[in-house]
Amino acid sequence: MSKSEREPLFSAKNIRLLTTPQVKENPITKQVLGICSALAVTVKVEPALMMALSVVAVMGIGNLVISLLRKSIPNRIRIIVQLVVIASLVILVDQILKAYSYDVSKQLSVFVGLIITNCIIMGRFEAFAMGNKPWPSLLDGLGNAVGYGWILVVVAAFREIFGAGTITLPGVGTVNVLTWFVENTSYVNNGLVILPPMALFAVAVIIWYHRARHKELVEEN
Amino acid sequence: MNKNSNAYIFIYASLMVVIVAVVLTMANLSLKPLQQKNIRNEKMIDILSSIGIQADADNAQELFNKYIKEEIVINEQGDIKGVYRDGKLVEGETRAFEIKIKEELRKQKKTQDGQFPLFIADKEGETLYIVPLLGKGLWDEVWGNIAFKDDFNTVYGANFGHKAETPGLGAEIAEPKKDGKKVFSDQYDGKKIFNDAGEFVSIECVKGGVANQSKIAPEHGVDAISGGTLTSNGVTDMVRDCLVNYVEYIKKNK
Repeated sequence: MSKSEREPLFSAKNIRLLTTPQVKENPITKQVLGICSALAVTVKVEPALMMALSVVAVMGIGNLVISLLRKSIPNRIRIIVQLVVIASLVILVDQILKAYSYDVSKQLSVFVGLIITNCIIMGRFEAFAMGNKPWPSLLDGLGNAVGYGWILVVVAAFREIFGAGTITLPGVGTVNVLTWFVENTSYVNNGLVILPPMALFAVAVIIWYHRARHKELVEEN
Repeated sequence: MNKNSNAYIFIYASLMVVIVAVVLTMANLSLKPLQQKNIRNEKMIDILSSIGIQADADNAQELFNKYIKEEIVINEQGDIKGVYRDGKLVEGETRAFEIKIKEELRKQKKTQDGQFPLFIADKEGETLYIVPLLGKGLWDEVWGNIAFKDDFNTVYGANFGHKAETPGLGAEIAEPKKDGKKVFSDQYDGKKIFNDAGEFVSIECVKGGVANQSKIAPEHGVDAISGGTLTSNGVTDMVRDCLVNYVEYIKKNK
Protein backbone atom coordinates (compact mmCIF):
# COMPACT_ATOMS: atom_id res chain seq x y z
CA MET A 1 0.00 0.00 0.00
CA SER A 2 1.48 3.34 -0.98
CA LYS A 3 1.52 6.31 1.33
CA SER A 4 -1.24 8.20 -0.44
CA GLU A 5 -3.70 5.35 0.01
CA ARG A 6 -2.95 4.86 3.69
CA GLU A 7 -5.85 5.45 6.00
CA PRO A 8 -5.39 8.27 8.53
CA LEU A 9 -4.80 7.00 12.06
CA PHE A 10 -8.02 8.41 13.35
CA SER A 11 -10.28 7.90 10.39
CA ALA A 12 -14.02 7.72 10.92
CA LYS A 13 -13.83 3.95 10.69
CA ASN A 14 -11.13 3.70 13.33
CA ILE A 15 -12.93 6.08 15.65
CA ARG A 16 -15.98 3.93 15.31
CA LEU A 17 -13.97 0.97 16.60
CA LEU A 18 -13.49 2.93 19.80
CA THR A 19 -17.00 4.29 20.17
CA THR A 20 -19.39 1.54 19.15
CA PRO A 21 -18.35 -0.78 22.01
CA GLN A 22 -19.25 1.95 24.50
CA VAL A 23 -23.00 1.82 24.01
CA LYS A 24 -24.32 0.12 20.92
CA GLU A 25 -22.05 -2.92 20.81
CA ASN A 26 -21.09 -2.90 24.47
CA PRO A 27 -19.52 -6.25 25.37
CA ILE A 28 -21.59 -6.59 28.54
CA THR A 29 -24.97 -5.29 27.45
CA LYS A 30 -24.96 -6.36 23.81
CA GLN A 31 -22.78 -9.45 23.76
CA VAL A 32 -23.38 -10.39 27.44
CA LEU A 33 -19.74 -11.34 27.93
CA GLY A 34 -17.61 -10.89 31.04
CA ILE A 35 -20.55 -11.18 33.43
CA CYS A 36 -18.64 -13.28 35.96
CA SER A 37 -16.18 -10.55 36.85
CA ALA A 38 -18.91 -7.93 36.60
CA LEU A 39 -20.58 -9.66 39.54
CA ALA A 40 -17.47 -10.27 41.53
CA VAL A 41 -15.51 -7.04 41.64
CA THR A 42 -18.33 -4.50 41.79
CA VAL A 43 -18.81 -4.25 45.56
CA LYS A 44 -16.59 -1.18 45.73
CA VAL A 45 -15.61 1.41 43.16
CA GLU A 46 -11.85 1.23 43.64
CA PRO A 47 -11.37 -2.46 42.79
CA ALA A 48 -13.83 -2.10 39.91
CA LEU A 49 -11.77 0.76 38.56
CA MET A 50 -8.52 -1.17 38.91
CA MET A 51 -10.11 -4.22 37.30
CA ALA A 52 -11.28 -2.04 34.42
CA LEU A 53 -7.79 -0.58 33.99
CA SER A 54 -6.19 -4.02 34.13
CA VAL A 55 -8.56 -5.30 31.47
CA VAL A 56 -7.88 -2.23 29.31
CA ALA A 57 -4.14 -2.94 29.54
CA VAL A 58 -4.43 -6.67 28.89
CA MET A 59 -6.91 -6.28 26.07
CA GLY A 60 -5.23 -3.39 24.28
CA ILE A 61 -1.79 -4.98 24.33
CA GLY A 62 -3.18 -8.46 23.75
CA ASN A 63 -5.13 -7.42 20.68
CA LEU A 64 -2.05 -5.64 19.35
CA VAL A 65 0.23 -8.63 19.91
CA ILE A 66 -2.18 -11.10 18.37
CA SER A 67 -2.69 -8.83 15.40
CA LEU A 68 1.07 -8.52 14.86
CA LEU A 69 1.42 -12.29 15.04
CA ARG A 70 -1.73 -13.06 13.08
CA LYS A 71 0.02 -14.06 9.87
CA SER A 72 2.47 -16.36 11.62
CA ILE A 73 0.09 -18.11 14.01
CA PRO A 74 -0.56 -21.66 12.82
CA ASN A 75 -4.29 -22.08 12.50
CA ARG A 76 -4.39 -25.34 14.43
CA ILE A 77 -2.93 -23.94 17.63
CA ARG A 78 -4.31 -20.40 17.42
CA ILE A 79 -6.48 -20.71 20.54
CA ILE A 80 -3.45 -21.92 22.53
CA VAL A 81 -1.37 -19.01 21.27
CA GLN A 82 -4.13 -16.59 22.24
CA LEU A 83 -4.37 -18.12 25.69
CA VAL A 84 -0.62 -17.90 26.23
CA VAL A 85 -0.63 -14.23 25.28
CA ILE A 86 -3.52 -13.46 27.65
CA ALA A 87 -2.09 -15.52 30.47
CA SER A 88 1.34 -13.92 30.34
CA LEU A 89 -0.12 -10.40 30.17
CA VAL A 90 -2.38 -11.16 33.12
CA ILE A 91 0.51 -12.50 35.18
CA LEU A 92 2.46 -9.34 34.37
CA VAL A 93 -0.46 -7.15 35.49
CA ASP A 94 -0.83 -9.20 38.66
CA GLN A 95 2.87 -8.89 39.48
CA ILE A 96 2.86 -5.16 38.86
CA LEU A 97 -0.23 -4.64 41.05
CA LYS A 98 1.36 -6.70 43.83
CA ALA A 99 4.46 -4.54 43.69
CA TYR A 100 2.97 -1.09 43.28
CA SER A 101 -0.62 -1.28 44.47
CA TYR A 102 -0.68 -3.98 47.11
CA ASP A 103 -3.99 -3.06 48.76
CA VAL A 104 -5.84 -3.19 45.49
CA SER A 105 -4.20 -6.45 44.49
CA LYS A 106 -5.39 -7.95 47.78
CA GLN A 107 -8.96 -6.89 47.08
CA LEU A 108 -8.91 -8.16 43.54
CA SER A 109 -7.15 -11.34 44.69
CA VAL A 110 -8.17 -14.14 42.36
CA PHE A 111 -10.07 -11.92 39.95
CA VAL A 112 -6.92 -10.62 38.32
CA GLY A 113 -6.11 -14.21 37.50
CA LEU A 114 -9.63 -14.62 36.24
CA ILE A 115 -9.08 -11.96 33.59
CA ILE A 116 -7.62 -14.92 31.71
CA THR A 117 -11.07 -16.46 31.54
CA ASN A 118 -12.77 -13.18 30.68
CA CYS A 119 -14.50 -14.18 27.49
CA ILE A 120 -14.46 -10.64 26.08
CA ILE A 121 -10.73 -10.91 25.53
CA MET A 122 -10.76 -14.24 23.76
CA GLY A 123 -13.79 -13.06 21.84
CA ARG A 124 -12.04 -9.97 20.51
CA PHE A 125 -8.82 -11.87 19.69
CA GLU A 126 -10.72 -14.42 17.71
CA ALA A 127 -13.26 -12.10 16.10
CA PHE A 128 -11.12 -9.06 15.40
CA ALA A 129 -7.38 -9.23 15.99
CA MET A 130 -6.89 -12.43 13.98
CA GLY A 131 -8.16 -10.72 10.85
CA ASN A 132 -7.22 -7.06 11.18
CA LYS A 133 -4.18 -4.81 11.17
CA PRO A 134 -2.42 -3.90 14.45
CA TRP A 135 -3.66 -0.32 14.78
CA PRO A 136 -7.38 -1.02 14.34
CA SER A 137 -6.93 -4.05 16.60
CA LEU A 138 -5.42 -1.92 19.34
CA LEU A 139 -8.33 0.52 19.07
CA ASP A 140 -10.85 -2.29 19.05
CA GLY A 141 -9.27 -3.83 22.16
CA LEU A 142 -9.19 -0.53 24.02
CA GLY A 143 -12.74 0.31 22.95
CA ASN A 144 -14.18 -2.97 24.14
CA ALA A 145 -12.25 -2.92 27.40
CA VAL A 146 -13.42 0.61 28.18
CA GLY A 147 -16.97 -0.40 27.28
CA TYR A 148 -16.68 -3.24 29.74
CA GLY A 149 -14.99 -1.02 32.31
CA TRP A 150 -17.53 1.76 32.50
CA ILE A 151 -20.39 -0.67 33.08
CA LEU A 152 -18.30 -2.20 35.86
CA VAL A 153 -17.72 1.18 37.49
CA VAL A 154 -21.38 2.22 37.18
CA VAL A 155 -22.57 -1.01 38.79
CA ALA A 156 -19.91 -0.69 41.50
CA ALA A 157 -20.89 2.91 42.28
CA PHE A 158 -24.54 1.89 42.59
CA ARG A 159 -23.70 -1.05 44.85
CA GLU A 160 -21.29 0.82 47.05
CA ILE A 161 -23.53 3.87 47.53
CA PHE A 162 -26.66 1.90 48.37
CA GLY A 163 -24.98 -1.06 50.04
CA ALA A 164 -22.40 0.62 52.22
CA GLY A 165 -23.21 4.32 51.90
CA THR A 166 -19.68 5.13 50.77
CA ILE A 167 -17.58 5.73 47.69
CA THR A 168 -14.01 4.47 47.59
CA LEU A 169 -11.75 6.14 45.07
CA PRO A 170 -8.04 5.57 44.56
CA GLY A 171 -6.03 8.32 46.19
CA VAL A 172 -9.07 9.71 48.01
CA GLY A 173 -10.04 6.79 50.20
CA THR A 174 -13.49 5.98 51.50
CA VAL A 175 -15.95 8.86 51.54
CA ASN A 176 -19.30 8.65 53.28
CA VAL A 177 -21.91 9.93 50.87
CA LEU A 178 -25.20 9.13 52.59
CA THR A 179 -24.33 10.56 56.02
CA TRP A 180 -27.24 13.02 55.89
CA PHE A 181 -29.81 10.29 55.26
CA VAL A 182 -28.39 7.99 57.92
CA GLU A 183 -28.37 10.74 60.53
CA ASN A 184 -31.65 12.47 59.75
CA THR A 185 -33.94 9.75 58.45
CA SER A 186 -34.55 6.14 59.32
CA TYR A 187 -32.53 5.15 56.25
CA VAL A 188 -30.42 2.00 56.54
CA ASN A 189 -27.95 0.63 54.02
CA ASN A 190 -29.36 -2.22 51.98
CA GLY A 191 -27.40 -5.39 52.70
CA LEU A 192 -28.73 -7.14 49.60
CA VAL A 193 -26.99 -4.63 47.35
CA ILE A 194 -23.60 -5.86 48.61
CA LEU A 195 -24.37 -9.48 47.73
CA PRO A 196 -23.65 -10.86 44.24
CA PRO A 197 -27.32 -11.26 43.16
CA MET A 198 -27.75 -7.50 43.19
CA ALA A 199 -24.98 -7.12 40.61
CA LEU A 200 -26.97 -9.41 38.38
CA PHE A 201 -30.08 -7.27 38.87
CA ALA A 202 -28.12 -4.10 38.19
CA VAL A 203 -26.55 -5.48 35.02
CA ALA A 204 -29.95 -6.82 33.95
CA VAL A 205 -31.57 -3.41 34.38
CA ILE A 206 -28.82 -1.81 32.29
CA ILE A 207 -29.30 -4.43 29.57
CA TRP A 208 -33.08 -3.93 29.72
CA TYR A 209 -32.73 -0.15 29.31
CA HIS A 210 -30.18 -0.64 26.55
CA ARG A 211 -32.47 -2.94 24.56
CA ALA A 212 -35.43 -0.64 25.09
CA ARG A 213 -33.39 2.15 23.52
CA HIS A 214 -32.05 0.02 20.67
CA LYS A 215 -35.02 -1.91 19.36
CA GLU A 216 -32.93 -3.61 16.68
CA LEU A 217 -31.14 -5.63 19.38
CA VAL A 218 -34.30 -7.35 20.52
CA GLU A 219 -34.43 -10.90 19.23
CA GLU A 220 -37.39 -11.89 17.14
CA ASN A 221 -38.69 -14.92 19.02
CA MET B 1 7.69 -23.03 5.33
CA ASN B 2 4.23 -24.49 5.36
CA LYS B 3 2.33 -22.91 8.23
CA ASN B 4 0.30 -26.02 8.84
CA SER B 5 3.15 -28.50 8.92
CA ASN B 6 3.87 -30.23 12.21
CA ALA B 7 7.45 -28.98 12.26
CA TYR B 8 6.32 -25.36 11.99
CA ILE B 9 3.78 -25.78 14.77
CA PHE B 10 6.32 -27.40 17.07
CA ILE B 11 8.96 -24.74 16.46
CA TYR B 12 6.41 -21.97 16.85
CA ALA B 13 5.07 -23.35 20.13
CA SER B 14 8.54 -23.96 21.60
CA LEU B 15 9.78 -20.50 20.67
CA MET B 16 6.69 -18.91 22.13
CA VAL B 17 7.06 -20.75 25.41
CA VAL B 18 10.73 -19.80 25.75
CA ILE B 19 10.07 -16.11 25.06
CA VAL B 20 7.15 -15.99 27.48
CA ALA B 21 9.16 -17.77 30.17
CA VAL B 22 12.04 -15.31 29.87
CA VAL B 23 9.75 -12.28 30.01
CA LEU B 24 7.81 -13.52 33.03
CA THR B 25 10.91 -14.57 34.94
CA MET B 26 12.47 -11.18 34.39
CA ALA B 27 9.33 -9.43 35.61
CA ASN B 28 9.10 -11.67 38.63
CA LEU B 29 12.73 -11.21 39.63
CA SER B 30 12.72 -7.47 39.21
CA LEU B 31 9.47 -6.92 41.12
CA LYS B 32 10.08 -9.41 43.91
CA PRO B 33 11.83 -7.09 46.40
CA LEU B 34 8.97 -4.60 46.20
CA GLN B 35 6.36 -7.30 46.64
CA GLN B 36 8.07 -8.79 49.65
CA LYS B 37 8.36 -5.39 51.21
CA ASN B 38 4.61 -4.93 50.82
CA ILE B 39 3.91 -8.24 52.51
CA ARG B 40 6.20 -7.41 55.43
CA ASN B 41 4.68 -3.95 55.77
CA GLU B 42 1.23 -5.43 55.91
CA LYS B 43 2.24 -7.84 58.64
CA MET B 44 3.66 -4.97 60.68
CA ILE B 45 0.54 -2.88 60.15
CA ASP B 46 -1.63 -5.77 61.35
CA ILE B 47 0.48 -6.37 64.45
CA LEU B 48 0.48 -2.68 65.33
CA SER B 49 -3.25 -2.38 64.78
CA SER B 50 -3.92 -4.95 67.52
CA ILE B 51 -2.41 -2.56 70.08
CA GLY B 52 -4.35 0.34 68.63
CA ILE B 53 -1.59 1.92 66.54
CA GLN B 54 -2.68 2.92 63.06
CA ALA B 55 0.20 2.63 60.64
CA ASP B 56 0.42 2.79 56.88
CA ALA B 57 2.86 1.41 54.36
CA ASP B 58 5.14 4.43 54.71
CA ASN B 59 5.64 4.48 58.47
CA ALA B 60 5.05 0.79 59.31
CA GLN B 61 8.73 -0.06 59.76
CA GLU B 62 9.43 3.00 61.85
CA LEU B 63 6.43 2.53 64.17
CA PHE B 64 7.11 -1.18 64.44
CA ASN B 65 10.65 -0.52 65.64
CA LYS B 66 9.37 2.10 68.05
CA TYR B 67 6.67 0.02 69.76
CA ILE B 68 7.78 -3.61 69.46
CA LYS B 69 10.58 -3.93 72.00
CA GLU B 70 11.22 -7.64 71.81
CA GLU B 71 10.30 -10.60 69.67
CA ILE B 72 10.58 -14.03 71.20
CA VAL B 73 10.07 -17.56 69.99
CA ILE B 74 8.57 -20.14 72.35
CA ASN B 75 7.53 -23.77 72.16
CA GLU B 76 4.56 -25.53 73.68
CA GLN B 77 6.51 -26.40 76.84
CA GLY B 78 6.97 -22.71 77.47
CA ASP B 79 10.72 -22.63 76.76
CA ILE B 80 12.17 -19.61 75.03
CA LYS B 81 13.80 -20.64 71.76
CA GLY B 82 14.81 -17.30 70.41
CA VAL B 83 15.03 -13.64 71.29
CA TYR B 84 15.24 -10.71 68.89
CA ARG B 85 15.89 -7.31 70.39
CA ASP B 86 16.99 -3.88 69.11
CA GLY B 87 17.37 -5.04 65.55
CA LYS B 88 19.51 -8.10 66.24
CA LEU B 89 19.12 -11.75 67.08
CA VAL B 90 20.19 -12.26 70.70
CA GLU B 91 19.27 -15.90 71.09
CA GLY B 92 18.16 -18.78 68.86
CA GLU B 93 18.13 -19.10 65.10
CA THR B 94 15.06 -17.35 63.74
CA ARG B 95 13.46 -14.02 64.33
CA ALA B 96 9.85 -14.33 65.52
CA PHE B 97 8.75 -12.05 62.69
CA GLU B 98 9.99 -14.51 60.07
CA ILE B 99 8.20 -17.55 61.50
CA LYS B 100 5.51 -19.05 59.29
CA ILE B 101 2.75 -19.96 61.71
CA LYS B 102 1.09 -22.30 59.23
CA GLU B 103 4.12 -24.57 59.12
CA GLU B 104 4.64 -24.41 62.87
CA LEU B 105 1.02 -25.37 63.57
CA ARG B 106 1.39 -28.33 61.22
CA LYS B 107 4.63 -29.37 62.91
CA GLN B 108 2.98 -28.99 66.29
CA LYS B 109 0.16 -31.27 65.25
CA LYS B 110 2.53 -33.93 63.89
CA THR B 111 5.50 -33.97 66.20
CA GLN B 112 4.71 -31.44 68.93
CA ASP B 113 7.78 -29.33 68.26
CA GLY B 114 6.26 -26.22 66.73
CA GLN B 115 7.81 -22.89 67.58
CA PHE B 116 5.59 -19.87 67.97
CA PRO B 117 6.23 -16.14 67.78
CA LEU B 118 5.37 -13.67 70.51
CA PHE B 119 5.77 -9.90 70.20
CA ILE B 120 6.30 -7.78 73.26
CA ALA B 121 5.31 -4.18 72.84
CA ASP B 122 5.76 -1.13 74.97
CA LYS B 123 2.97 1.37 74.50
CA GLU B 124 3.35 4.44 76.68
CA GLY B 125 4.96 2.46 79.49
CA GLU B 126 2.47 -0.39 79.34
CA THR B 127 3.82 -3.82 78.43
CA LEU B 128 1.64 -5.63 75.91
CA TYR B 129 1.96 -9.15 74.52
CA ILE B 130 0.89 -9.77 70.94
CA VAL B 131 0.11 -13.25 69.66
CA PRO B 132 -0.35 -13.73 65.92
CA LEU B 133 -3.14 -16.12 64.95
CA LEU B 134 -3.84 -18.25 61.90
CA GLY B 135 -6.71 -20.59 61.17
CA LYS B 136 -9.32 -21.71 58.70
CA GLY B 137 -12.54 -19.83 57.99
CA LEU B 138 -15.35 -21.00 55.77
CA TRP B 139 -13.65 -20.61 52.39
CA ASP B 140 -9.99 -20.04 53.09
CA GLU B 141 -7.51 -18.82 55.64
CA VAL B 142 -8.41 -16.41 58.41
CA TRP B 143 -5.77 -14.73 60.55
CA GLY B 144 -5.37 -12.11 63.19
CA ASN B 145 -3.38 -10.68 66.05
CA ILE B 146 -4.49 -10.58 69.64
CA ALA B 147 -2.81 -8.34 72.20
CA PHE B 148 -2.85 -8.95 75.96
CA LYS B 149 -2.25 -6.65 78.89
CA ASP B 150 0.72 -7.41 81.14
CA ASP B 151 -1.27 -10.05 83.10
CA PHE B 152 -1.33 -12.06 79.82
CA ASN B 153 -4.98 -12.80 80.46
CA THR B 154 -6.99 -9.69 79.66
CA VAL B 155 -7.25 -8.82 75.98
CA TYR B 156 -6.01 -5.37 75.11
CA GLY B 157 -7.10 -5.47 71.48
CA ALA B 158 -7.47 -7.77 68.51
CA ASN B 159 -7.77 -7.58 64.79
CA PHE B 160 -8.64 -10.12 62.15
CA GLY B 161 -8.15 -10.64 58.47
CA HIS B 162 -9.35 -13.14 55.93
CA LYS B 163 -8.62 -14.26 52.42
CA ALA B 164 -11.99 -15.11 50.95
CA GLU B 165 -14.84 -14.99 53.46
CA THR B 166 -18.28 -13.98 52.20
CA PRO B 167 -18.54 -10.18 51.85
CA GLY B 168 -21.11 -8.68 54.20
CA LEU B 169 -21.28 -11.86 56.30
CA GLY B 170 -18.13 -13.73 57.33
CA ALA B 171 -15.94 -10.95 55.98
CA GLU B 172 -17.25 -8.70 58.76
CA ILE B 173 -14.58 -10.16 61.05
CA ALA B 174 -12.08 -7.93 59.26
CA GLU B 175 -14.20 -4.76 59.41
CA PRO B 176 -11.65 -2.00 60.03
CA LYS B 177 -11.84 -0.20 63.34
CA LYS B 178 -13.69 3.11 63.21
CA ASP B 179 -14.35 5.79 65.77
CA GLY B 180 -17.80 5.61 67.28
CA LYS B 181 -18.68 2.29 65.70
CA LYS B 182 -18.28 -1.05 67.39
CA VAL B 183 -16.92 -3.65 65.00
CA PHE B 184 -16.45 -7.38 65.52
CA SER B 185 -12.84 -7.18 66.71
CA ASP B 186 -13.67 -4.48 69.27
CA GLN B 187 -15.70 -7.03 71.22
CA TYR B 188 -12.48 -8.78 72.28
CA ASP B 189 -11.26 -5.82 74.32
CA GLY B 190 -11.27 -6.70 78.02
CA LYS B 191 -12.15 -10.38 77.55
CA LYS B 192 -10.15 -13.00 79.46
CA ILE B 193 -8.61 -16.26 78.31
CA PHE B 194 -8.18 -17.86 81.76
CA ASN B 195 -10.98 -18.48 84.25
CA ASP B 196 -10.72 -17.66 87.95
CA ALA B 197 -9.26 -21.11 88.67
CA GLY B 198 -6.44 -20.35 86.25
CA GLU B 199 -7.59 -22.81 83.58
CA PHE B 200 -7.29 -21.94 79.92
CA VAL B 201 -10.76 -21.44 78.37
CA SER B 202 -10.04 -19.20 75.37
CA ILE B 203 -12.61 -16.79 73.91
CA GLU B 204 -15.51 -18.15 71.95
CA CYS B 205 -17.77 -16.62 69.30
CA VAL B 206 -21.27 -17.31 70.60
CA LYS B 207 -24.07 -17.83 68.10
CA GLY B 208 -27.15 -15.87 69.08
CA GLY B 209 -25.23 -13.50 71.32
CA VAL B 210 -23.38 -13.84 74.61
CA ALA B 211 -26.20 -12.19 76.57
CA ASN B 212 -28.75 -14.83 75.56
CA GLN B 213 -27.09 -17.91 76.99
CA SER B 214 -25.55 -19.12 80.21
CA LYS B 215 -23.06 -21.76 79.08
CA ILE B 216 -20.19 -19.39 78.37
CA ALA B 217 -19.29 -16.67 80.85
CA PRO B 218 -19.52 -13.15 79.42
CA GLU B 219 -15.78 -12.56 79.80
CA HIS B 220 -15.00 -15.59 77.64
CA GLY B 221 -17.42 -14.97 74.80
CA VAL B 222 -18.10 -12.50 72.00
CA ASP B 223 -21.16 -12.27 69.75
CA ALA B 224 -20.75 -14.32 66.59
CA ILE B 225 -21.63 -12.74 63.26
CA SER B 226 -25.21 -13.34 62.15
CA GLY B 227 -25.14 -15.22 58.88
CA GLY B 228 -21.43 -15.92 59.36
CA THR B 229 -21.60 -18.87 61.71
CA LEU B 230 -18.99 -21.00 59.98
CA THR B 231 -16.54 -18.12 59.80
CA SER B 232 -17.22 -17.35 63.47
CA ASN B 233 -16.57 -20.97 64.36
CA GLY B 234 -13.34 -20.72 62.40
CA VAL B 235 -12.32 -17.71 64.48
CA THR B 236 -13.18 -19.55 67.71
CA ASP B 237 -11.04 -22.51 66.67
CA MET B 238 -8.20 -20.28 65.52
CA VAL B 239 -8.07 -18.33 68.79
CA ARG B 240 -8.14 -21.52 70.84
CA ASP B 241 -5.73 -23.57 68.75
CA CYS B 242 -3.14 -20.83 68.56
CA LEU B 243 -3.34 -19.61 72.14
CA VAL B 244 -3.20 -23.10 73.62
CA ASN B 245 0.46 -23.29 72.60
CA TYR B 246 1.27 -20.27 74.77
CA VAL B 247 -0.42 -21.55 77.95
CA GLU B 248 2.73 -23.07 79.46
CA TYR B 249 4.77 -20.00 78.68
CA ILE B 250 2.18 -17.80 80.35
CA LYS B 251 2.01 -19.99 83.44
CA LYS B 252 5.80 -19.97 83.78
CA ASN B 253 6.11 -16.24 83.39
CA LYS B 254 3.12 -14.99 85.31
